Amino acid sequence: MKTIEEIKAAIEAGVPGAEVEIVLNSGPSAQHSLRLTPSSTVAVATFLRDDSELAFDFLSNVTGVDWPDKEIAEKVKVTREVIKTVEGVEKKVQETVEETRKRTEPGYLEAVYHLYSVERKHGPLVIRMRTGNRSDQVDLPSLTPVWRAAEFQEREVFDLYGIVFKGHPDLRRLLMWEGFKDYPMRKDYAEPDDYEYEPTAHDEVLQRAQEHRAAGAAQRARD
Amino acid sequence: MGIAEIKTEKVEGWNRPPVITPDGEGDLLEVAMGPHHPSTHGVFRMDVALDGERVIRLKPVFGYLHRNHEKIAEGAAYLASMPYTDRLDYFCSLTNNWAYALAVEKLAGQAVPERAEYIRVILAELTRVQNHASSIGFLIQEMGASGTPLMYAFREREKILDLFESLTGSRMMCNYMRFGGCRVDVSVAWLDATRKVVAGLPQFVDEFEALLSTNEILMARCQAVGVLRPELAVNAGVSGPMLRASGVNYDIRKVDHYGVYDRFNFRVPLGDHGDIYDRYMVRVLEMRESIRILEQALKDIPAGPIMDPKAKIRGFRPKAGEAYGRIEAPKGELGFYLISDGGPNPYRYRVRPPSLINLTILEDMCLGQNVADVVLIFGSVDIVLGEVDR
Repeated sequence: MKTIEEIKAAIEAGVPGAEVEIVLNSGPSAQHSLRLTPSSTVAVATFLRDDSELAFDFLSNVTGVDWPDKEIAEKVKVTREVIKTVEGVEKKVQETVEETRKRTEPGYLEAVYHLYSVERKHGPLVIRMRTGNRSDQVDLPSLTPVWRAAEFQEREVFDLYGIVFKGHPDLRRLLMWEGFKDYPMRKDYAEPDDYEYEPTAHDEVLQRAQEHRAAGAAQRARD
Repeated sequence: MGIAEIKTEKVEGWNRPPVITPDGEGDLLEVAMGPHHPSTHGVFRMDVALDGERVIRLKPVFGYLHRNHEKIAEGAAYLASMPYTDRLDYFCSLTNNWAYALAVEKLAGQAVPERAEYIRVILAELTRVQNHASSIGFLIQEMGASGTPLMYAFREREKILDLFESLTGSRMMCNYMRFGGCRVDVSVAWLDATRKVVAGLPQFVDEFEALLSTNEILMARCQAVGVLRPELAVNAGVSGPMLRASGVNYDIRKVDHYGVYDRFNFRVPLGDHGDIYDRYMVRVLEMRESIRILEQALKDIPAGPIMDPKAKIRGFRPKAGEAYGRIEAPKGELGFYLISDGGPNPYRYRVRPPSLINLTILEDMCLGQNVADVVLIFGSVDIVLGEVDR
């Protein structure tokens, strides 16, 4: 198989205007991936499938990954002027202080696709896409028109992660039931407190579950 | 929601199931086959719209056995999920173990000693034989031959499960593989017992074939029913015997060269027509090839350690990164996708279930066929609901 750099070059030559970024995998498996921008994904996917040398005709695996908002605490050195009294005289002194600053890196949802080639017997090529955020910009283009294999798997990602695949012919929940409200595979999903009473945690049930859990944690802290 | 209320969005260019127009007048009959139906191998529902006996529309409904295996595994240490993988496809726990171990070994960059690779091949091929035998048994059972072929298959399966039990302590939930090797070594007595069982297997396959392969009813019900075209099979991600019955030469044992499979001499059986009969035949021939692999592996198995001495059992934390590992499980391509953030639990744990993805084209195969054939077509896909719903 071509190296990931060659595939990137082939895509850029084959699909004008496609934005492709290599995501290196530092682990021992060295399965590097390509991050695509949602606007050009369908064109790139069609190119990957139909190009005679790449020929990624087999979409093996589709899945989602949740990356919640991250709070990053950084230590920053700040220089500022301080008025100090030195030997009875007030002076302006430059002083360097270390400050801890917190910034929040916005989270996103990611869809990951693993491609193989049945014709040329190579793979895997990993392609991934990111949503804008985790709440209201969760649209990604569906690749079901390119590979039928994505039909159920994208439904599953929609069901468990809440990524809305635009252009999917039949986007319904796959494993959870109709009327279920949350997305269970997200990292911040709260399990219902009482499955007997209400299997889906939302509104007052969710609130009660959170209160119950906080009380339990407080109890454990006291013990 | 009834099947008539499901609206398919208009999308350009997708490989959609054909639209069947009912002949004549009158309403369609909507039938929910399942969730408790003898033919569904568990709790699974197909909503079928019928015009007389012809299937006009079919939508599978999943999730009755869903327990969010992936979420549970993300909250547990890597090794703690190993027993849980047994419960995915409970007919083939050892291949599930192997797929998971392979993915973790890729993630952590671990090597596996030679003897352990041979043991894995032997166990995987035994699993394949018993899975194919019983799946054919179930298929014939659904055709109306109550019991007899299934009992023949189960007689053989019983012998193989006894081997599993004496090695791993459990008949179905084996929990045997470890990252970097296997849990316990095989004894000389166990290898002898396995050789004896394997020596009896060709005779069993011959007997099975003499009973079934040229049976008139089986041929009439199976040939030219549920045809799957090779282009659609590849596009829809179908894998395993289903894919090869459609004539696509793709066996992960040959393509990925995982384990020690490239040391063995075996062929990949292919079908011509992609109908139920070809799927039946490919499974029978795969059993024969598995027996060949078993004979070679049992002859060549080397002495040595069964665990990588550098493998870490306690405090196992792979470096940050990700890996996708897959094997040729009896039902198709079983893959595990893992992301590590350097912690003791996987950050992301995903199972690529062959059973679920092979069902993508169930509707395509059933449309225009008789409702009685739906049961057979579904049976020929060979699924286990524990893996479909996870």
